[in-house]
Amino acid sequence: MSKKIFTPTKEFEELLPQDYKDLVNNGPYNAPKTIDDLGSFKEITEPHPHCAGCGVSLGIRLGLASLPSPEDTIIIGTPGCSYFALSQSALNYSCTAFGNQNSVASGLKRMLSIRYPQKNKDVVVMVGDGGVADIGLDYTLHSWFRGEKITTVMLDNEVYGNTGGQESGMSPKGKVLNMAPAGKKFNKIPVFEMAKTAGCRYAVKVTVASPKKLGAAIRRAVLIAREVGPTYVQVYTPCPTNLKFSPNQTIANAKDAEKNFYVYEEYMTEEAGACLSKIGELKEKV
Amino acid sequence: MSNEQKSVGAYNLLFEAERERAFITGSEAVSEAVKRANIDMAIAYPITPQSESMHLVGDLYAQGYLKDYYRAENEFAVMAAIHGAALGGGRVFTATSGPGTLRAMEMFPVWAGSRQPVVCAFMCRGVALPPSIQPENIEMAFLLDTGMLMFHAENAQDYFDMILAAYAITEQPEVHLPVGVFADGFFVTHTREVVMLPPDNLKLDSYNSDYSPVPPFDMENPPARVTRDPLLNKSNFVSYAASASWHQEVLAAAERSRKYIDRFLGGSIEIENGDADILIIASGTAVSQSREAVKAMKLEGIDAGLIKVKSVRPFPEKEIAAATANASIILVPEFNAGGWLCREVKAAIDNNSRVVAGPRVFGGMPMPGEIIVDEVKKALAKSGGAVKR
Repeated sequence: MSKKIFTPTKEFEELLPQDYKDLVNNGPYNAPKTIDDLGSFKEITEPHPHCAGCGVSLGIRLGLASLPSPEDTIIIGTPGCSYFALSQSALNYSCTAFGNQNSVASGLKRMLSIRYPQKNKDVVVMVGDGGVADIGLDYTLHSWFRGEKITTVMLDNEVYGNTGGQESGMSPKGKVLNMAPAGKKFNKIPVFEMAKTAGCRYAVKVTVASPKKLGAAIRRAVLIAREVGPTYVQVYTPCPTNLKFSPNQTIANAKDAEKNFYVYEEYMTEEAGACLSKIGELKEKV
Repeated sequence: MSNEQKSVGAYNLLFEAERERAFITGSEAVSEAVKRANIDMAIAYPITPQSESMHLVGDLYAQGYLKDYYRAENEFAVMAAIHGAALGGGRVFTATSGPGTLRAMEMFPVWAGSRQPVVCAFMCRGVALPPSIQPENIEMAFLLDTGMLMFHAENAQDYFDMILAAYAITEQPEVHLPVGVFADGFFVTHTREVVMLPPDNLKLDSYNSDYSPVPPFDMENPPARVTRDPLLNKSNFVSYAASASWHQEVLAAAERSRKYIDRFLGGSIEIENGDADILIIASGTAVSQSREAVKAMKLEGIDAGLIKVKSVRPFPEKEIAAATANASIILVPEFNAGGWLCREVKAAIDNNSRVVAGPRVFGGMPMPGEIIVDEVKKALAKSGGAVKR
């Protein structure tokens, strides 16, 4: 990214949109920010258009604030709830067919490596649980098998939210949902475990109730994907609208999950650990 | 090696460079075109019925003619990854056929909607209606309204020329749409014929994404909220209007491609003996069979002409209407059971009771010139001698 592509003359500077001025003067580009800085800079995301108490929008906000180089990050998505916040982010964001995200990201990352061999262009997939675990599982796994240098982030709200609360492969067993009138018959798909065997060099399971851990996971995942290979972050982002709890209970819900079925876990290969040590990232305790 | 090739303009490569004879298959003609197309990246899937073209492109990658290449897990993955690669601002190529085309279907309108200058070769095959891997071009019917430009090659020479021309046409700033270059499988891909090739030490000038009407997704832009997709799933009038006007622009871009089709394909149709009262309109290998039928009829004293349709999208409505204005019998032979070309022709001309819908062959059946002649004779008999022979 370059803030110098447009260089308005002094007299016209004030006529530029406020949004643009804020992003240029006080945005996160080329001036690394973390979630500790939230509230003190112009964020990539806008105030979110999601339901009250949305876990997905919180996951996106925390995730985008933790990118190591937002000025060189491209996000690939799918249709679904995550689209709403991501489509208005000040990054290049592409969302086309449902489930194809890791294939699109593979092609994009490779082309950017051809065109910018001297630059890090980070390609991050940021999509819901249905996009990864159901319709896109094949493409996700194959991108990991191939060792594509991309980061995959699952925003796991355990349900198809945007279409009205249908069962997803990540819904908990027994949960009564649309299309699961008698309760879901099988367990959550073990995508986190599959990531480890399918070739991810780094994988984290975390909830939005632990923003520091989430921020560190995204940052490390992107840095390792750059140097070593595919990485995966699975974020629990509960959905008050479809899982029927009060919007002010999102964090409490996630905290509860963290203690019971969504315990924090960080996995990395030796190579990934060595990469983090080399760039001084392992000093930070999370 | 790509870096030992000299970059030249498309017009030079297609029309000015001296050519030499080669005796090659259609699949090899595809690979010869790719070798000279200065492509950054190709992605392959080996489904039956695929031809050998995409593994020949893999060999070109190994020899240094492409910068990246891999085998993906299925056609939807291929077309999605090609979409991603094109988003990244480079020149890409892939190929598929028949059932593979249908599996990848969801991505074709995405390419057009996203204004990707992707070139994809289709080696048309049956689509399990009932199961068949034999040559027929019914898959073209499914692609007519995906927003892509569609060129139909008669033979290996056409296939070679049309693939290179496709890049020249689509990379015009005012076009930027995906191009499908079609050939009838087996008949063109698996048989050997003489193809005139320009030297392989020449290649197309490289693609420059600075001329794209939409920005590549490389974050080499000022801080701004950039999405290449219209406002998906926002339920309000502004979003609907944005999506509709974007779609209109895709259609308008196809219209604007016509002048470049004239320049780089030498026109969207070719006419032989166009003053005849009996005209055959065909595309793909049905053109070759029709040409044989025209020769046979001439020996019998029946005067017939031939219109070869090279560009199916955009469809040459005006050219075909003008060329058929004085014809009494218009025959449309096709290698598919659906008759998509016949429907297109009927919609483009006045008085379409003149159109004879057929003969149609499919499932791998051949189209000998005799069955075309028979159809003409039947139509002549029906006209009761009103048509000039």
